[in-house]
Amino acid sequence: MKNRLLTPALLLAGLAISAILPATGLVNDYLQFVLVSLAINAILCVSLNLVNGWMGEFSVGHAGFMALGAYASALLTVRLFPGAPPWLIFPLAIVTGGSVAGLAGLPVGFLSFKTRGDYLAIITLAFLMIVKSGLENIPFTGGPRGLLGIPHFTNLPWAYFCCVVAFWGVRNLVYSKFGRGISAIREDEVAAESMGVDTRSAKLAAFVTSAFFAGVAGALFAHQLQFINPSSFDILKSTEMLVMVYLGGVASLGGSLLGAGVVTVLTQILQPLGTWRMVVLPLMLVLLMLFRPSGIMGYSDWSWLKPRSERNPKPKPEPKR
Amino acid sequence: MGSLNYFCQQAINALQLGSIYALIALGYSMVYGVLSMINFAHGDVFMLGAFFCLLLVALVPVPFWLALIIVMGSTALLGTLIERFAYRPLRKAPRVSAIITALGCGLVIQNVTLGFSPYARRMPSLLDITTYQFGGLSISTLQILIIGISLSLMVLLDYLIRRTPFGMAMRAISFDRATVPLLGVPANTVITITFAVGAALGGAAGLLYGLAYPVISPTMGIAVGWKAFVAAVIGGIGNMRGAVLGAFLLGGVEVITVTLLPSTYRDLVVYSLLLVILVFKPYGLLGKPPLQKV
Repeated sequence: MKNRLLTPALLLAGLAISAILPATGLVNDYLQFVLVSLAINAILCVSLNLVNGWMGEFSVGHAGFMALGAYASALLTVRLFPGAPPWLIFPLAIVTGGSVAGLAGLPVGFLSFKTRGDYLAIITLAFLMIVKSGLENIPFTGGPRGLLGIPHFTNLPWAYFCCVVAFWGVRNLVYSKFGRGISAIREDEVAAESMGVDTRSAKLAAFVTSAFFAGVAGALFAHQLQFINPSSFDILKSTEMLVMVYLGGVASLGGSLLGAGVVTVLTQILQPLGTWRMVVLPLMLVLLMLFRPSGIMGYSDWSWLKPRSERNPKPKPEPKR
Repeated sequence: MGSLNYFCQQAINALQLGSIYALIALGYSMVYGVLSMINFAHGDVFMLGAFFCLLLVALVPVPFWLALIIVMGSTALLGTLIERFAYRPLRKAPRVSAIITALGCGLVIQNVTLGFSPYARRMPSLLDITTYQFGGLSISTLQILIIGISLSLMVLLDYLIRRTPFGMAMRAISFDRATVPLLGVPANTVITITFAVGAALGGAAGLLYGLAYPVISPTMGIAVGWKAFVAAVIGGIGNMRGAVLGAFLLGGVEVITVTLLPSTYRDLVVYSLLLVILVFKPYGLLGKPPLQKV
């Protein structure tokens, strides 16, 4: 019983620390910015991992879902309810951002019924281009110049809270009876279907959940930077997410955390390189694919991240003679 | 008279754009044919074609034909290098790994070029261009040359694929990649040559694009090259005739879009068209669905 309460207690303690930490003056604004970016990246990474890792499909369009979340939430706080108190409007903005992105995940999910692999990748690519180009052409969203004057609502506790919810949600989905269908699709879709897995619902659930959390990350991102424009959500943003997923580890919660951590720190360290820093991430992606395609901890997880029923240690293999 | 003239003028523009798209799209389709892999880096090979030409002309004043041959040769070399060092080690890996690598390679090329040349550049004109008038219709030697070179390269490619031993081997490999190498066809050589030919066509397209629309930028591998990829998918990727059909269709659609709407709507229309076609014809206009063995 004591054990059972440990995780929620630790998570709550984390929330309390994240709320108190800025006030103590131990972390300066820059460090706080990095920590918030880490949380946003972790949400993005776990959300993309659901589609690319657990389901084994290939989406390059997650920057598009993120863009929708960012714009929907920012329009709410900038255009519709300017001056509303943050404690009321910010949760609403986050949920709206996530829901709009999740709704956009529906058609992509439907399209994934018929098409798989390369063609699905093309569809997500087209989706990203349409979102970006659409945002550039709507005057209401500021066109190519973007949306300015977004209030600075994203702080450490909010980022931490959303990150925990995203990991908790994805964990409960992929370890649920229904969610195991998602991994079954990765292993063999035809076999999964013939064993009675409802592949269509599983695909829809994966795409919508994934898009929802990408939208949440977008909402946090918009209210952290206070400025968004369509070109912040280009193919390079998707590449950044891909690097996180394939570096940390596919189909792994711990891997998502690890990948997000490494990429966040790297982007800060590489800042002095200027334009050349853009070469590093794609190059890393290529090298990863060549030498370690499933990432640091692909298909495995730290036991504290797994549900209790999954934690029993594996039987040790017989020593070979 | 006026509107007919206008129509013909736009048709010539569409033909010019379409033939450049077709050259790039063929490179995507050829690689997909033999390897079933989307070579996302091809758009950036096209972009480098234009930049190689710029560099060459800045170093030594060369005539147009020599520049074309040198550019095609150097992009062909680049294509084979990418294949050898980035794609070949992944021949047996899951297909997703290959696509991601291709995407990464393309972005590396783009960003390295951006590192050297952060701004758009002006392409020098290599030719004396004269414009002929046919009763109010104007067509320049450059347009004739672009369409002519593209069409002759396409005819040459068609001959290469249909009439030569290499073409036969290539078609055989795209038909059955597992068995054909067992029958003594040197698969690796054929794949290398396919990449070289595709990249050479992409390089030629880059040079021609630079002459036709003289402002070139490192991001045009995505802005233009990926549209050619859309053309290949619309036609049915892996199918050469489909690629050409898709390219001219896309050229037409784009020219019509620009005449009717602000030019910023171009991408929106092109990618929406792609989605619509994929919904109704999931394997493109001329493509056939792959056989699925259970």
